[in-house]
Parts: sequence; C-alpha cells; structure tokens
Amino acid sequence: MRSTRQRRILARIVSKPSTLLAPAGIWLIVFFVVPLGVMMVYSFMPRGVYGGVDSGFTLEHYRRFLDPLYLSILLRTTLMAAGCTTICLALGYPVAYAISRARRWKHVLLLLVIMPFWTSFLVRTFAMIFLMRDTGLINSVLMRLGLITEPIVMLYTPFAVMAGLVYTFLPFMILPIYASLERLPTSFLEAAEVLGAKPSARFRRIIFPLSLPGVVAGSLLVFVPALGSFIPSDLLGGAKQMLIGNLVQNQFGAARNWPFGSAASFVVMAVVLLGVMAYLRSGRGELATSLRDIG
Amino acid sequence: MTGRLPRWLGVVAGSVFLFLHLPILILVAFSFNASRFSAGWNGFTLDWYRAMTRRPDILRGLYLSLEIGLTSAVISTVLGTALALALHRYRFRGRATLESMMYVPLVTPEIVVGISLLALFAALNISLGVGTILIAHVAFSISFVTVIIGARLAGMDRSLEEAALTLGADEFTTLVRVTIPQLLPGIVAGALLAFTLSFDDYVITSFVTGSGTSTLPVVIYGMVRRTIEPTVNAVSAVVLGMTTLLIYVADWISRRGAK
Amino acid sequence: MKVSLVLPIAYFSRVKKPPIPSVEFRGVSKTFGSTRAVASLSLEVAPGEFFSLLGPSGCGKTTTLRLLAGLEEPDRDGGAILIDGAPVTDLRPYERDLSMVFQHYALFPHLSVARNVAFGLEQRSVPAAERTTRVRDALALVRLNPEQFGNRMPSELSGGQRQRVALARALVIEPSILLLDEPLGAIDLKLRKQMQLELKALKRTLGITFIYVTHDQEEALTLSDRIAVMDHGEVVQIGGPAEIYESPRSAFVAEFIGESNFLSGTALREQDGLWTIGRDDLEFRIPAQPGIATGSSVTVAVRPEWLRVCAPGQTPGNANMIPATVREVVYLGETLQVVAEVTATGKAMRVTVPNEGQLKNPIAWKTGDEIVLTWLPGDSQVLEENWS
Repeated sequence: MRSTRQRRILARIVSKPSTLLAPAGIWLIVFFVVPLGVMMVYSFMPRGVYGGVDSGFTLEHYRRFLDPLYLSILLRTTLMAAGCTTICLALGYPVAYAISRARRWKHVLLLLVIMPFWTSFLVRTFAMIFLMRDTGLINSVLMRLGLITEPIVMLYTPFAVMAGLVYTFLPFMILPIYASLERLPTSFLEAAEVLGAKPSARFRRIIFPLSLPGVVAGSLLVFVPALGSFIPSDLLGGAKQMLIGNLVQNQFGAARNWPFGSAASFVVMAVVLLGVMAYLRSGRGELATSLRDIG
Repeated sequence: MTGRLPRWLGVVAGSVFLFLHLPILILVAFSFNASRFSAGWNGFTLDWYRAMTRRPDILRGLYLSLEIGLTSAVISTVLGTALALALHRYRFRGRATLESMMYVPLVTPEIVVGISLLALFAALNISLGVGTILIAHVAFSISFVTVIIGARLAGMDRSLEEAALTLGADEFTTLVRVTIPQLLPGIVAGALLAFTLSFDDYVITSFVTGSGTSTLPVVIYGMVRRTIEPTVNAVSAVVLGMTTLLIYVADWISRRGAK
Repeated sequence: MKVSLVLPIAYFSRVKKPPIPSVEFRGVSKTFGSTRAVASLSLEVAPGEFFSLLGPSGCGKTTTLRLLAGLEEPDRDGGAILIDGAPVTDLRPYERDLSMVFQHYALFPHLSVARNVAFGLEQRSVPAAERTTRVRDALALVRLNPEQFGNRMPSELSGGQRQRVALARALVIEPSILLLDEPLGAIDLKLRKQMQLELKALKRTLGITFIYVTHDQEEALTLSDRIAVMDHGEVVQIGGPAEIYESPRSAFVAEFIGESNFLSGTALREQDGLWTIGRDDLEFRIPAQPGIATGSSVTVAVRPEWLRVCAPGQTPGNANMIPATVREVVYLGETLQVVAEVTATGKAMRVTVPNEGQLKNPIAWKTGDEIVLTWLPGDSQVLEENWS
C-alpha cells in the first residue's frame, strides 16, 4: 500500500486537468501539429538540390497546381472519391437498414460487418488482386465454365481501382448509418403507420431524413480517406491513373521534390477541410458515437 | 422496427454481405491450395504456411509488428484515457480548442500524416527506425482511444465517484477503484483498436520506416507487388485470423461489461 | 479565596455556553456561471438533530448539501462552512467526518453488496476480520440479511434494497454526520412511508446528525426535528414542523407547505384587540399585531382545515364570515375538499371537511349552493409580505 504522502501526490496529479492532458497533448502537438506546420513551411520554400528545401519563399509549388495536368489529377481524385462514396452509400444503406431490422441475428451480422473494418486493408486489397488478375480466380472459373476464351482484363483498370476502394471503405459507411437507424425510436414509425403512411412513404419521409446524420458521418468517413488513398490505385491500377495520393507519394519518393509534395498534401487537406466543414454544418454528434459503436 | 423486410432489400443486403466476405474467404481457402498458380484446386496442403515460417523477413516483420502494436496500444491507451478524462471532467480555457485539435487526426488522410512526420524527422535529423514508427503510431492512435473512452465517460454516472469521495477515497483511489472499472470496456476497445491500427498500418509506416526495419504490412506490400506466390495468402490468412480473434475477444469483453 | 470565586464563575460560563453546532454555514454562497445557486446562506444544525432542507427544484438545497460534503467549492467571498466548530472549507470530501446517501444510490456496479458496504472501511485500513463483522452489522441495521444479500450484485436488487445498501455503506464508517440527498425520491409511495419511519428509528438508535434534502414537504414534516425552507438560494424560514406548518412567515412557505388560502386587504380599524381588514366588499378580523396601522396592507394565510362551511344565516358569532358559492366538492378519501368561489372577489378558496362516510352521511353541499365560509380570527396567519 502506498504511503499517504504518495497517495496525496497521485491524487493531485489525477485531479488536475493540466497534468492529465499534458502527455497526450504534448505528443499530439509535437508529433501532429508541428509536423503539419513544418510541411506547410516547406510548401512555400524552393526545391533544394537533393529534393529537400532551400531557403526562401515561393508560391511556385502552389502555382503548379493551376497547370491543367495537376488540376486534372485533383479533379480525377475528387471524382473518384465522390464516386466511391456514392457507391458505398448505395450498397451500404440497404445493409445497414437490413441489419437494423434483423432482430434475432443483429449482433452476429454486426460482427460480420465489423470484421472487414478491422482486418488489414492491405490484405483486403490483395484479396481483390487475387480475384481479379488475369490468372485469378474469376477468370479461371469463367474459363473453366467455357464462358470466355480469353481472360477478361480486370486488373490495372479504373474499374479495379474503384472496386478496391469500395471494398475497402464499405464498412465505414455501413456502421454510422446503422448507428443512427438504431437510434430511431420505433414510436415514430408506429405513429406514422397508425396515421396511414405506406412503407415507402414512411421511409422517404421519416426513416431516411432521420438517418441523415449517419449518412453524413459515413460519407465523411469514406470520402476523406478515399481522397488521400494511393494503395488501391497503386496495386490495383498499376499507377497508370495518377491520383493525388500517388502524386504526393511520388514527390517524396522517386521524384524527390518535397516542397511540391507538401503543397500537394495541403491541397488535399484543403479539400478534406471543405468536406469536414460541410459535415459540421449538418450537426456533428454522429462521428464520435459512430466511433464508439465501432469500438 | 415494424414490418418485415422487403424481398429485394434482403437480396441486395445479402449480396453486399457476400461481396464483403467472399474475397477474403477465397483468399484464405487458397492459402491451402497445393497449386502455385491458383488456376484450380490441386489438393490441400500446409506447404505455404511452412514456407512462411522459413522466411526470416516475414517472421521478423511479424515480431516487429506485434512488438510495436502492443507498445503503441499501451501508450495510446494510457495517454488517450488521461486526455479523455481531462476533456470530459473539467472545464478549462482552451478546452474546445484542444478537443477540436484532437479530432484532426481522425480526418487527416494517412498520407498527409506520414509525410508530415517524415518532414519533421528530416528537419530534426532524427534517423528513421522502430522509434519513429512507434511515435507515429501513437500519434494517430491517441485520438481514436480518446473518442471511444470519451463517449463512455460522457454516459457515466458521476455520483459513483462522488460516493467514493465521501466514503474516504481520494481522487487517485477513486480513479483506480471506481472510474477505471466502469470504463474498462471502453479502455479495452480503445486498446484493441489502437493495436489493430498499428498492426495493420502500411501507409504511415512506409514513410517513417528506416531501410532496415520492416513491419509485417511493409513485408506484405513488397510481396504483393513482386510475385504471385501463395505464401502471401498464408501470411494474409494468419493476419486475418489474428484480427478476427481480437474482434471476438473485444466483443466478448464488451458484452460482459454491459451487464 | 480566589479559587472559590473561580469555581462558580466557571460553572456559570459552562452552563451558559451553547453546545457547538454539528454543522454551521456562515454567509456561504455558490455561483454557477451567472446563476447564484446559494446566496449568503447561514444556518446551524445541532448535534444529533434531524435537519431537513426543503424547497422546490432549483432552490439550492442540493447545492447546499454538496457544499457541506465538499463536492462543490463555495465562492471565495468570506463565507465559511464548519463541522463541529472547525472550518472545513479547504478539506476534501474524504477528509471530512461525514458520509452521504445519494438519490440514485450510487452503488458501485462492479462490486458485490458486501464489498460496496466495506468500501469505506477499506479506505480507513480496517482489518479484514473487523470489516466482515461491521459489514454484517450494518446490513442487519438496515434490515437486510447479510447471508442472503452479501454476495449479490447491485443490479440484482430492487430500488428499496439498493437504498438500504447505500445507507449501510454510509453508516458502517460511523460518521458523525449523515447527508441524504432525496434518498427516497425514486421509491414508490408505500415503501417510501415505511422507509421514512425506519430512517427516524435509525436516527434515534445512532444519535448522529442527519441532514436531509427533499422537495416533499410531507416527508420533511414527518422526519425532521427542524426544517429549513429554501427558495432561490436563501433560507426563508427555519423551525420545527409545527412552527413551519402552523406559523408560516411568508406566502411562499404558506403555499409550499400544505395548502393555503390567501386573503389580503387594507387595515381599516382596531377594536377589542382585533384589527378589521377589508377590501372591496370583503371584511375579516385578525388579532392585533405590532406593525399594523390604519392603512397598512395586510396579507393573511388560512389553511383549508381551519375553515368551516356553513349555510347562510347559521354562522357562529365571533367568526369571520365570507359569502361564497360552491364550485366543486372533491372526494379525497380521508377528507373532502369544498372549492368555493368567493362572491366578493371571484377567487376560489378551499375548505377541507372531514369525510364522515358519503354513503351513510353524505355532505350537505353541492355545486351551486350558496354558503358562508367561516374561521376564527386567531386562525389567520399574518404574512410578512404583500401578496395579491
């Protein structure tokens, strides 16, 4: 047992907010905020000889973004992320809805949805590769069945990239929607039914609008990572279609242009911030609750 | 909810479910396939698993990922719990700012996180290795843990802690004997999430890792890019098995805690 | 010589000194943001007293209790809180010699009943064997069988049982003061009444000070030695149950405790030790009080049970008389309440009439009847402020 003096000291540590938040706060500031700041500074500095930075101030890296080449990359990435979000919504909403209606198997079904969410993203991408490549399962089965004579080229196409993206991010859409559907009081629907509303009307006018916070949260949880992703397009698309993520990775890798890479990162962040602000405007409680439900 | 599920809805939902799980199941199934080219089923074998154990790079990667994952989980959970307590128990100036700052890691694309850390380490001339990986993993895990535990804290009955105080327990004793037992499901969930995030992370790790250190995801990535050997399937299956086990453990614990 | 002088002086000073109050508040305030929950509160509680803080929601009674417990800090403006004569303002709750029972019991869900009760003893490093005995005795004190309940978890208990465990847990550490924050609020009526009596008996057995917060005035009247009625952070009246009920000093107290009818008017004339108060067509008499002069505004409270209903023309001589019409007769079981509209003012007054059995001896009045309400001048409670 600790001595009284030791206990008192511990008690004081625990009862002051400053001591409690200090370790985490410092860690976050030093290893999160400061790095972002460093990157921001870099993005305004001219490129050095070895790809690092030289002293000075320049807007050239940001101006490069006005080049149609880079704008098209940005546009393509945004469209791809938006497309992925839409598809995930179209596929994910029915699943979330079905689970919330399931009653008996609800818990099992939820676990089954959560599982992909927790499993390695690399592994899942690899699963897609395994299925879709020329010697992969789909082609083998189709050829065996005699339906095709030549393998269908699925891998290294935009289709593959989109499929990979959707596959990766689908659980992120399902869970928040499920969470907000769960919170819908049954009494609302019963009242509507008693007042004579048909199922489609009930969905359109009560269920969907009230599940909107979940939809928004899920969309955010899909759109943001999708925007910055480069693995699917790298592994599944053969880097033939450059997304912003690939661009940034490249600048810090082979192309050795850190300042430009930093600027590109901030452009991505800007788009993300736009998305987040749109989310915050529509009411923000779902994100935390969704994450808690996921946990 | 009232009513039955419309047929078409069940079909759609079922198909999506299949879509979610079938690829993984196939992947695992083929890790037992004796054929090298996955063209057809050639018989059951454990060869690829044996091959896996003979690969030092894979084993080292696994060991490293486990080590970093556990350490990251412990550090993130302790720091994240303390942060959650501070945010939810007290009012102080700058609380809202801190809370917003805490949400930033959740919405920052991984690539930006990785790159900014790389920039920092380069600027400070810190050599990349296990240490930098650990730092990065804790940095992005803290927020997740804080949010999960914060949600639990928000719903907790404060009078329990007040009762403990009036019964003679000081703040530290109250924390240990009353608050933390109540928070346990959240703490466990947070720790497991932090472990999984760390264990599975590729993007951020790839930027802050030194040439000599490869965590398991880095190894897997290399293998996936290079060859088509089914050993990758075996490794994937092992990783999947681990995470599935973790999920069940987490679920079991949270169900006990809910009582 | 000097000794013989000192002794009587010592004796007298000892006799004249009052006992140190168990609890004392001196000018204590508590502000939350822009709201003043407690405003410069001063009161004393005698040792061994059952002292209640009574008032509507938001009056500051719970805050006062929490200030005493140390769960809130008073404003630093010179107010002081003392326990047994010693200031405790800087002491944390676990350093004060008191314990508390909470409204929703606050039992630790992850500990068994026995371990819940033992919690406070563990904090005081009581050895295990003694702990077991004291826990068993405490459970017996609140009428819970230790063998049967000791190993159960709080989630397996009913509300009443949980409250008993909370009591046992608070009492086992033998505090000199027990704080109770609306402990019976979540319990149903019959059980509540039973537990009220048990609490009273408990206090008699243990002899410690009880400080009890409630918004239920009947409960306060039943349990307390003294009651402090609070409103908007201030103590409005302190006294024993009889004093509070029968001599309310303000309209607030008169209305919050039991029911009251209010009449107001201007003092017109004094005669034979009675002042006549009148307004519009209404006149009634009250005993002479210091402070009333011709023209003073006077408000009076009359409890429904002090009024009588008579037929016009049948009134006793010395009483006040007010003509009225019956609006409604309400059946309350034990009593009946006649709601009557005063002819002169149009306002309603309530009269409580004992129920002599409506099936055998029904009340003579019904809606629409013309009646006269009467009461003795001495049964009027003159209030401290104007009220219209």
